Amino acid sequence: MVDLWSGLSQAFWLMVTLDPELVEIALRSLRVTLSALVVASLIAFPLAAMLAVRRFRWRRTIIALLNALMGLPPVVVGLIVYVFLSRSGPLGVLGLLFTPTAMIIAQTIIIVPLIASIAHQSIRELWAEYHDLLISMNVTEWQKMHTLIWDSRRALLTAALAGFGRAIGEVGAIMIVGGNIDHATRVLTTAIALETGKGEFALALALGFVLIGLAVAVNLGIHWLGRTERGGRW
Amino acid sequence: MNRLLPLAVTEAVSRKRGQTLVGPISLRLEGQGITVVIGPNGAGKTSLLSLLHGIARLSSGTVQWACPIEEARHAQAFVFQRPVMLRRSVLENAAYPLRIRGVAKAEARARAADWAEQVGLGALLERPATVLSGGEQQKLALIRALIIEPEVLFLDEPCASLDGRAMREIEEILLAARDRGTRLVMSTHDMGQARRLADEVLFLFRGRIHDSGPAGVFFDGPATPQARAFLRGDIVE
Ligand SMILES: Nc1ncnc2c1ncn2[C@@H]1O[C@H](COP(=O)(O)OP(=O)(O)OP(=O)(O)O)[C@@H](O)[C@H]1O
Ligand SMILES: [Mg+2]
Repeated sequence: MVDLWSGLSQAFWLMVTLDPELVEIALRSLRVTLSALVVASLIAFPLAAMLAVRRFRWRRTIIALLNALMGLPPVVVGLIVYVFLSRSGPLGVLGLLFTPTAMIIAQTIIIVPLIASIAHQSIRELWAEYHDLLISMNVTEWQKMHTLIWDSRRALLTAALAGFGRAIGEVGAIMIVGGNIDHATRVLTTAIALETGKGEFALALALGFVLIGLAVAVNLGIHWLGRTERGGRW
Repeated sequence: MNRLLPLAVTEAVSRKRGQTLVGPISLRLEGQGITVVIGPNGAGKTSLLSLLHGIARLSSGTVQWACPIEEARHAQAFVFQRPVMLRRSVLENAAYPLRIRGVAKAEARARAADWAEQVGLGALLERPATVLSGGEQQKLALIRALIIEPEVLFLDEPCASLDGRAMREIEEILLAARDRGTRLVMSTHDMGQARRLADEVLFLFRGRIHDSGPAGVFFDGPATPQARAFLRGDIVE
């Protein structure tokens, strides 16, 4: 209980004084996760749309695979990315191990299946609604996908938010591929793990509250974006 | 003139899971005018229009346009019995077919606004199409089909939920489209409308063209007892 209170107050002070180290770590968390989110969305949305409109041989398999991969253990993803990026690995020459880029890669892999699965659900529903019309209008495959993605953008935002939530709170994979190096790859979650290990519960808790605050702020921000659009257009 | 016509249909059948929806159908569509398709519920009107338009599977037989199929598909439009609204504003719904044909946004919107004005949707341009009333949605679906100035236009009961005045307005628009050279094929349950618009009539019964002819001849005295009964409003058996 004492820890909780001192954690809260410490979080409070760290925030009002804009503790430079905290700001650095929090910004890095945000940068890594938002980058992963953008990359993952750019992969997942078109993939979801393609799975909805195209009938090809491996479609069912891929959908099943995506659903299964939603529960992918992050540590394992981290391990695999590590193996690929390590000096003796196939991508070792790129020198990406223990950089924020490696963390972005790992997070992207973790959230693509989640975002794609949720997006596919809503795009498939919209496709059922639009099917006859778009077929009748003789639109190209690309136009179909574009129309479906654009018209289900609000549901896709929700999918992206789920991905963000999963990525920002993830620790196992980025610990492995990032290494939690001070001033280089330390982010909120890895710092929490570190401080907890050292027995610095108050500081760990403070970081935890900042993490929660960040996640809530991003959610509210995106929610607000969605609302203003509705307010302006509808 | 109309590049797509004549359309030659021979022994065309559309089946789904072993069940025949419509056919075998043989017909020729040519020249100008409005072909009205009538018949009892479930006779196959929707199925026939879909088959001609190419959105229903052609299980056997042939549907042959006078130009290559891709070209033909591009110059046609279809107004569904149940309007499908894109989750966009009225204006963007109407502009959509132009946008996918590569017309610039500003011009597409201007033309869409023009058409919307013509059917009395001018004040609703920024509304989401999904909240329009049933009749308004039908009008929107109609202008969305007309905006590409199709050479052949299929309409499946386009006036089903319109009030008398709106129906007359729509009929004016359809007649104007016909006079501009668009070939219309429409189904309706409104015999008054069929008489007002038809140049040619197809009477469908149990998936086949049971009776047909030029409008004047058909309405004066249909050849088959079923068509006579249908026109009288009797139960057809
Ligand atoms: N997707 C489908 N699967 C199975 N049967 C179908 C399907 N679509 C239509 N049918 C059947 O095919 C027959 C013809 O249907 P269609 O919709 O063409 O009739 P219609 O003349 O348009 O009727 P209405 O006047 O009620 O619109 C009906 O018996 C219908 O139940
Ligand atoms: Mg019908």
